Amino acid sequence: MDSCNCIEPQWPPDDLLMKYQYISDFFIALAYFSIPLELIYFVKKSAVFPYRWVLVQFGAFIVLCGATHLINLWTFTMHTRTVAMVMTTAKVFTAVVSCATALMLVHIIPDLLSVKTRELFLKNKAAELDREMGLIRTQEETGRHVRMLTHEIRSTLDRHTILKTTLVELGRTLALEECALWMPTRTGLELQLSYTLRQQNPVGYTVPIHLPVINQVFSSSHAVKISPKCPVARIRPAGKYMPGEVVAVRVPLLHLSNFQINDWPELSTKRYALMVLMLPSDSARQWHVHELELVEVVADQVTKFVALRLLHMFQISMLLKALDLYISIMNQVAVALSHAAILEESMRARDLLMEQNVALDLARREAETAIRARNDFLAVMNHEMRTPMHAIIALSSLLQETELTPEQRLMVETILKSSNLLSTLINDVLDLSRLEDGSLQLDLGTFNLFAVFREVLNLIKPIASVKKLHVSLNLAPDLPEYAIGDEKRLMQTILNVVGNAVKFSKEGSISITAFVAKSELLRDSRTPEFFPVPSDNHFYLRVQVKDSGVGISPQDIPKLFTKFAQTQSTATRNSGGSGLGLAICKRFVNLMEGHIWIESEGLGKGCTAIFMVKLGIPERLNEPKLPFMPKVPTNHGPTAFPGLKVLVMDENGVSRMVTKGLLVHLGCDVTMVSSSEECLRVVSHEHKVVFMDVCVPGMDGYEVAIRINEKFTKCHERPIIVALTGNTEKVTKENCMRVGMDGIILKPVSLDKMRSVLSDLLEHRVLFEAI
Amino acid sequence: MELVQIQRRLVDYTKSLFMEGFLDAQFLQLQQLQDDSNPDFVFEVVSLFFEDSEKLLNELTIALDQPNVDFKKLDSHVHQLKGSSSSIGAQRVKNACIAFRNYCDVQNIEGCLTCLQQVKQECYLVKNKFETLFRLEQQIMASGGSVPTIELGF
Repeated sequence: MDSCNCIEPQWPPDDLLMKYQYISDFFIALAYFSIPLELIYFVKKSAVFPYRWVLVQFGAFIVLCGATHLINLWTFTMHTRTVAMVMTTAKVFTAVVSCATALMLVHIIPDLLSVKTRELFLKNKAAELDREMGLIRTQEETGRHVRMLTHEIRSTLDRHTILKTTLVELGRTLALEECALWMPTRTGLELQLSYTLRQQNPVGYTVPIHLPVINQVFSSSHAVKISPKCPVARIRPAGKYMPGEVVAVRVPLLHLSNFQINDWPELSTKRYALMVLMLPSDSARQWHVHELELVEVVADQVTKFVALRLLHMFQISMLLKALDLYISIMNQVAVALSHAAILEESMRARDLLMEQNVALDLARREAETAIRARNDFLAVMNHEMRTPMHAIIALSSLLQETELTPEQRLMVETILKSSNLLSTLINDVLDLSRLEDGSLQLDLGTFNLFAVFREVLNLIKPIASVKKLHVSLNLAPDLPEYAIGDEKRLMQTILNVVGNAVKFSKEGSISITAFVAKSELLRDSRTPEFFPVPSDNHFYLRVQVKDSGVGISPQDIPKLFTKFAQTQSTATRNSGGSGLGLAICKRFVNLMEGHIWIESEGLGKGCTAIFMVKLGIPERLNEPKLPFMPKVPTNHGPTAFPGLKVLVMDENGVSRMVTKGLLVHLGCDVTMVSSSEECLRVVSHEHKVVFMDVCVPGMDGYEVAIRINEKFTKCHERPIIVALTGNTEKVTKENCMRVGMDGIILKPVSLDKMRSVLSDLLEHRVLFEAI
Repeated sequence: MELVQIQRRLVDYTKSLFMEGFLDAQFLQLQQLQDDSNPDFVFEVVSLFFEDSEKLLNELTIALDQPNVDFKKLDSHVHQLKGSSSSIGAQRVKNACIAFRNYCDVQNIEGCLTCLQQVKQECYLVKNKFETLFRLEQQIMASGGSVPTIELGF
């Protein structure tokens, strides 16, 4: 084919333009062919590319576009039909593909754009997360610091220590040069430097509180960078160094009075302290955000911590106080309960005691009734028994006087002996019963002590000589001859004791010693319960009876004085004795305020009976005054003063008659006169007593008395003059005494009074008033 | 029995005299002095008293009638009466006499007159009482019984 060798086209005149077009097309084609290559290359390189189909399409489009432009190269010159056909085909294909691509791009580009947006979003998110992580990290670090700080100051309560420790820890954690705390003064107008890290005891610098920098710090809860030159930061001596950055933060101070227990007060308080932190100078360090945050947190927490501690302590102390109160209340309750228990107990005890009291009372009354009944019985029986007893004894003794055969005599003697024994027993029984009641009273009187002993000796000598016992009596030289006491019962006691000594001795000797007990001896160790008190009017008679008889074993000694108790040995049984003797003696001795006891070293070694009794001393006593006077026997017999000649002078007929009647009743021989002249005329030495009425106004009675006194010069001839008066005035009594009357009786006189007056008069020849 | 009744009446009557204050313990003393040797002692003494008192009261009346009353004499009479009455145990008479004496001491005639009236009154009363008493006693004696002794707890 003769194709045109139009490779070398003819360059027409406007072929410059054509040339340029030619070149441009060439390069466009080149570019168009190279772009998909590049695309393919880079897509192959990248791992992810979701739109391959799009790429292919796009590549096709570009290739075809390039082809088109390439083919266009041949169209510049005369070209054949084939070229034109190819060109047309190329263009057609290009058109199709480009339209398809365009259509495709409508779908794809939004996707691509959204991918882009998501990518942007993710990137933002990543950045945000990064930030957050940074924040958390700082918080965590802050928390760690705070915990460390807390740990450091947990053990202490002291606010100072807490604050100091805070500063120290902060200083350490943040590697500060200086850390200072400025506290507001009490006035609230200044801040005072209270704590620093480096200086131990900061001198009290103060700055006024209303500096603008301070206001700035206080108004924000964040840590604020301040200038190192401001007054609060100028705490280090200015050196030649470049001072580090300084940060100040407010530290809220809580008033303790703001506390409510359950509700943490918000930091609405206006009181702040200032914490100033300085980075080391010359370090070119900067305050980082997290450091600032740490500082803020610490500043916020520290007072809270202090306050919390204080609150806890406060709560604890309140709790302790409440506990104390509770404990004391419980104590009180316990005490009250115990008191109540005691009270109840005592009430019960009291009721019990009352019951017992009632029972005891009843028992006592019953006992008394029983005793009375017994005594009555005894008294009656005693009397009833004594009467035949006396008859038996009397008649037996009379019988003894008569002519009897020896046998009869023996019988009579036995009867006599037995009845004597029986009589003694009856006496003893009655005596004992009376002794036990305490109704026995001693018959006190003056008696001859020596005579008593002699009498006892006389009584005991016959029996002793029969038993061939030697009896000796030894009376101490200082023993008074006369004593005041109950003679009969003393003799009975001595006789009993001596009789026992004789009874229980088969051989040997009996010695009776009597002496006055001296005070050392009075307190005998053997009788610790006996405390005799010697006095001027009394002495203690001590009698010791020593025998050489069978003796008594020590365990039997206490039984001796119990009535009816006898020792078991047969030797004593044979000796007879009812066992009442010593019991009665003991009671007598006790009545005489004394003590009796027996000593024995054992069986076969004999025994000593010792007793002490209190007796009165006669000389020192003033007889009429004391009740030791013998009582006048008040016998109710009609003739107490038989034949006593009495003169009665009374003007009043009636009273004269009454007085006469009295005296006649008493057995006197009464002469009555009704006037003083008659009285003087009649009175003689035969009259033993003159009763005269001195009631009459006038001195008649007294005159008579004087006259009588004159008449009878010798004392023993003068009758006793007694005044009868109804006048109790002292004057009357004095007058009577003055004129020498021996006594004065108040009218009306009773029978008993007259009787006692007369007996007193006759006995003592003197009578003080018997009113 | 009638005797017992009379005796009982006597005892009650005597007790009432003591209760009402006509008699006091001195009367008991008198009764004690009465015995077999002196069987009518009480009667004699009481009779003597009434004789005496009558005389004394007359004297007193006369004395008080005088224009110039001799208080000394008045006093001595009243003194006598007082002594007698106290000797037999006529308590009310004695008390009246004491009052009389007080008025004598202050020489109050009006008072004395009043007292005199009172003393007379009392004497009269106690006389009646005694008469009743003796009558009862006589009845008892006539019936063959014995006069019961009074045990009074003064």
